Amino acid sequence: MNYLRSLLQFRRLVLLVILLSAWEFASRYILDKTQATLLPPPSGVLNGAMELSASGELWKHVRDSLRREFIAFCYASVAIPLGITMGCFKWLNEQVDPIIEILRPIPPIAWIPLSILWFGVGNVQNQFIIFLGIFFPILLNTIDAVKNVEPSLIRAARCLGAGNWSVITRVILRAALPQITTGIRIGLGVGWMALVAAELVGANSGLGFLINDARTVLRTDFILTGMLAIGLIGLCLDRIIRYSAKTMMPWARSLNS
Amino acid sequence: MLALKVEKVKKIYPSLNSKGQEVLALDDVSLEVNKNEFYSILGHSGCGKTTLLNLIAGFEVPTAGYIECAGQRVDAPGADRAMVFQDYALFPWLTVYENIAFGLKIKRMASAEIKKIVDHFASLVGLSQFVEHYPHQLSGGMRQRVSIARALAVDPTVLLMDEPFAALDAQNRSMMQSEMIRILDEESKTVVLVTHSIEEAINLSDVIVVMTRRPGRVKSVIRVPKPRKMIEDSPDYLVIRKQIRDLISGEHDDSVTM
Repeated sequence: MNYLRSLLQFRRLVLLVILLSAWEFASRYILDKTQATLLPPPSGVLNGAMELSASGELWKHVRDSLRREFIAFCYASVAIPLGITMGCFKWLNEQVDPIIEILRPIPPIAWIPLSILWFGVGNVQNQFIIFLGIFFPILLNTIDAVKNVEPSLIRAARCLGAGNWSVITRVILRAALPQITTGIRIGLGVGWMALVAAELVGANSGLGFLINDARTVLRTDFILTGMLAIGLIGLCLDRIIRYSAKTMMPWARSLNS
Repeated sequence: MLALKVEKVKKIYPSLNSKGQEVLALDDVSLEVNKNEFYSILGHSGCGKTTLLNLIAGFEVPTAGYIECAGQRVDAPGADRAMVFQDYALFPWLTVYENIAFGLKIKRMASAEIKKIVDHFASLVGLSQFVEHYPHQLSGGMRQRVSIARALAVDPTVLLMDEPFAALDAQNRSMMQSEMIRILDEESKTVVLVTHSIEEAINLSDVIVVMTRRPGRVKSVIRVPKPRKMIEDSPDYLVIRKQIRDLISGEHDDSVTM
């Protein structure tokens, strides 16, 4: 029975398999040689992926990209205390909000030219771009989460003897956590996209660099491998956060649905 | 002995309506609540009874007059006036145990002592088997029991209850009322309850405070003869119900459940 159920799981992949087969077929038998160089078959991409991974080059780039994402996330997590303070104190929100509203619509990618001039090509510039991608979703979700905390929960805490600090740490922070996690999830996604863009133009390593570098030597199989790696890692990041949020906060209905 | 004193309290809200007029919610409300007695504040919706409870809790401050709890002037919320809310207001991220322990942890009690108190109140409200559950795993009636245990655990001078059973269905409501009587038999407490149900007020109270409509004033204070749980349909019960109904219907509103 269990065996059957796990088999059923694969039915969702039917279309994917058909498309991959069509691609394989087209690339091998329909496209001419030049065109096939531009669109190698899935088997060719797989070979390229094996080659890159065997030489260790793929892992080096993955590691560099992930490290940048992680470091940028560490910096961007100041958005959490900032968002909580902004949500709690109206006067601070009034001052900071206009600045954020102006900065927020500027895509992280638009910062690339300026950031290259500021930081040069390399880690710092990349991390800055990713930072911008992660920071705003976390900040906006945190502010929103704090504003949406049930007022009766705060009252309940107060009439049980909680002071301001206890209300913030024991109630507001906890009640806001599910939505803050959503902010982190969105932020890491935006950051990951911004990362690749930043690496395309301003890095000597990383997955963005890998696919741009492969372009110059016409290794389309490497380009596709890199793109696939970007997609899969983005998916994994998202799933990991979703999963850990679910296990750590079983009470948060918004995440369970 | 007085547990709570409300002295000539007035509450004005600045321009809640579109005309920019001030709203006089409470006017000249005075009330003396004896220790270990159960008071119900009864009135139409919009009579300011919840405002009065919020003032006693310290969530809001009176425009004039003052409130004293055990001789202390009330100016902020505190554990001496713990409240049970209509929507329970349980912390969803805490288990039943941790919810009941919340106020005790704020008081920085030793965990052994906390355990003793939590176990006592969890069993008092009949939830010993459910201390590891989260609120979303409980029914409405059970959640309200947790909320009552949580408020009682901090040993308040006055227990405040804001329409605590209004969100429950009729069957659960009457069961919770009997439960409340049983709990108060074991754990004598001063209680101030806000309700719009005449039956609930008669069933639970020693004293019923009937309020007028806007502005809210004390219309009448009625002492309910003991024993607290009168048999419905007994002559005493019918007399007092008629008396309160007449007082209430003088206020022209049918939102009060009979």
